[in-house]
Amino acid sequence: MELTLNHFLLVSGLLFAIGLAGVLVRRNLLIIFMCLELMLAAANLTLVAFSRFHLVEGQPAYDAHVLLFFIITVAAAEVAVGLAIIVALFRTKETTDVTKVNTMKY
Amino acid sequence: MTFLFYLFAALALLGGMGVVVCRNPVSAAFSMILSFLGLAALFIQLDAYLVGTLQILVYAGAIMVLFLFIIMLLDVQAEEKRRFPLATFAGAGAVVTAFVILVVLVLNRGGTAGKVLPALNPSAPGASDTHRIGELLFGTYWLPVQIVGVLLLAATVGVVVLSKKELK
Repeated sequence: MELTLNHFLLVSGLLFAIGLAGVLVRRNLLIIFMCLELMLAAANLTLVAFSRFHLVEGQPAYDAHVLLFFIITVAAAEVAVGLAIIVALFRTKETTDVTKVNTMKY
Repeated sequence: MTFLFYLFAALALLGGMGVVVCRNPVSAAFSMILSFLGLAALFIQLDAYLVGTLQILVYAGAIMVLFLFIIMLLDVQAEEKRRFPLATFAGAGAVVTAFVILVVLVLNRGGTAGKVLPALNPSAPGASDTHRIGELLFGTYWLPVQIVGVLLLAATVGVVVLSKKELK
């Protein structure tokens, strides 16, 4: 059976769904953050798949790869800031459990 | 080709499930690395060599090391068992099922989605993808590159401020 665009899009959709489930079900802030990254990476797969299946002069549409480059950069910046916030939260609350972080101010 | 696709797709999906299922955060982080490796292999299968390499270097390398570093720094314990939270699981299950159904419906709608992998033209100018992406980055997209640089600077400053002992 030949590989079609549907194969890649389905994998991407399922991976996104797994990440979504993780965000909704887990309580550890760090793991919720990891699942968020998983969703982002799943979206990246869609982008690359569409670029590969939409040829421009016999080459993939490379603009998608440039966009992906920016997404990866922004994700890295986001992880750095997010982890700093989690560390700051841990310093005041001594926990990374989202169910125990339920007050705006103590 | 098809076999490799299924192999790496399974790797990516099982790794993703590991992140959701593992109680121990360190195991979850390692499942995540596994998932990213599978995903990078899928990128390479789509002839996106530079992006696949970046995925391994930046995600599996830098970002996950940062996660593991923080997990070990904070000494996060495995989540303790709790009474089966029916409402949480029912809600999450409903949302995720609805999403998967939506994806399957959209994919079954036909259109261009059933296209088979088209062959690349090997004699096209600048056949290396790194070459083409570099040209685009520093040609057409020079302004976004500058803006991303500023974003990274802002993130660095933000992290330094957040990590200070006392916020003023």
